[in-house]
Amino acid sequence: MGGIYASVLTISPGRPFRASVTTFGALVWSGFRRYATYRQATLAGSFTNIVFGFLRCYVLLAVAAGATGSRPGGYDGAQLATFVWVGQGLLTVVGIWGPPDLSDRIRTGDVASDLLRPVPPVTAYLAADLGRFGHALLTRMVGPVIVGAIFFTLTTPTRWQTIPLFAISTLLAAIGSFGCRFLINATAYWLHDARGPLVLWTLGSGVLCGLYFPLRLLPEWLAVTLWVATPFPGLL
Amino acid sequence: MIRMQDLRKDFTVRVKAGRLRREKRTVPAVDGVSLTIEPGEMVGYIGPNGAGKSTTLKMLTGVLAPTSGEVSVFGLTPVPQRTRLALRIGVVFGQRSQLWWDLPLRESFRLLRHIYRVPAAEHEARLRRCRDLLDLDAFLDTPVRQLSLGQRMRGELTAALLHGPGVLFLDEPTIGLDVVSKQAVRSFLAELGATGDVTLVLTTHDLADIERLCHRLVVIDHGRVVHDGTIDALHARYGSRRSLVVDLDRPLASGFALPGATLVAAEAEGHRVTFALDSASAGEAVAALVAAASVRDLSVVEPDIEDVVARLYASA
Repeated sequence: MGGIYASVLTISPGRPFRASVTTFGALVWSGFRRYATYRQATLAGSFTNIVFGFLRCYVLLAVAAGATGSRPGGYDGAQLATFVWVGQGLLTVVGIWGPPDLSDRIRTGDVASDLLRPVPPVTAYLAADLGRFGHALLTRMVGPVIVGAIFFTLTTPTRWQTIPLFAISTLLAAIGSFGCRFLINATAYWLHDARGPLVLWTLGSGVLCGLYFPLRLLPEWLAVTLWVATPFPGLL
Repeated sequence: MIRMQDLRKDFTVRVKAGRLRREKRTVPAVDGVSLTIEPGEMVGYIGPNGAGKSTTLKMLTGVLAPTSGEVSVFGLTPVPQRTRLALRIGVVFGQRSQLWWDLPLRESFRLLRHIYRVPAAEHEARLRRCRDLLDLDAFLDTPVRQLSLGQRMRGELTAALLHGPGVLFLDEPTIGLDVVSKQAVRSFLAELGATGDVTLVLTTHDLADIERLCHRLVVIDHGRVVHDGTIDALHARYGSRRSLVVDLDRPLASGFALPGATLVAAEAEGHRVTFALDSASAGEAVAALVAAASVRDLSVVEPDIEDVVARLYASA
């Protein structure tokens, strides 16, 4: 068998930064590949997003029609429709309800193999989640937004800066959402089963992120508190 | 290479002690283990369920922090230097997977190359070896979730070796495998160990693994080492002997004694007798028998390690 198994590893030969980027990139790609394997699930997920998009859009438009001056919280119809459809698109991209991988692995003990790798688990999980983010951006964001644009009038940004700012904020939101989920899932280290915290998170985050209705519809003091004191409004 | 000095791990469990009250109780999983393992050794680490085998391995690999005592692998302290240690050890858990469930084996390997930052040429060379020895080619492009247990285990072994570790920890690597896969895994490990480049530490319930692979056997029970030595030493200590089973044309004369051996059984009206070899070698015993009686057939039976270990577990 020769000595090939025994040669002591040279750790990041020469260029440690470049090697780190390569490792991170490979982990991101693995996250992307994992999701790209399940095409039917991607299709089914997009379909669900679109159906719920119609439901939410009509509910909010009905609210708008019934409100005095037809502008609840200062939004008009097209803005409300845009809120719903972009929100539906962002749902999986930001992934506030992302998969409970970590807590499952803690419960089954598989997390031990994550700890046996020479990469810190937070980095490895973040990279895989960014792969998921990339996949969702390409497959899950596009569908709902196009369908929304076909069936409703959506507003388009008036300044070009809005688009790169939107892109950056989406990426930051994905990282923020990952951080929150990682913490919630990590409760499994103490609780052995994170289902309770995860249910609370699913319920709470939808409301507090402004997924179900724009946060501006809330009383001023509550909306401001949410914006200033919690990460939620920044996520979606 | 691997040093453990009075290593302990206690777990705290809460036991119901009333309607609402719960009492804390400390359970020692590993209770003062001291061991030294030299480079190139192949050590079998056995013990009944719950003896503390996996807990020891987890402390050696940096997954669990010891409650007290010292542990070092390659001079590194596993928990604080976990990532540095991870580059130099390989671990295979028979009951868990370190491969990516949704990805083909080939991509899992490629990913591992980046995680461990192995130069492409080295990676290729090691992978080619493993492909040849473990017959991976047939399922290299199959997603891990579709592999059979035997195929997956061969993948796991490869994954653990691709970065060229100096120590390979194996936690029940043959559990649940069929006979053919077990043989494949064993002969692969035997070949790997024969090079002397890789130190193997193996926990198992299948004693055939140990007989085939390990010169040194460490038996642990209730968190303590109850035996550390060769398999022969274990037999000697527990008085297990080889035996000689002889088929005869005519029963032996009554009062016949074989020097250095004890008659333990006579069957088929004395046509088949069994001697336990105390001090006589098999050759001496056979020569004495052939001189004294007409022997039709004979066989030498090795002592059964399972019996010895069962006795050891029961007495510990």
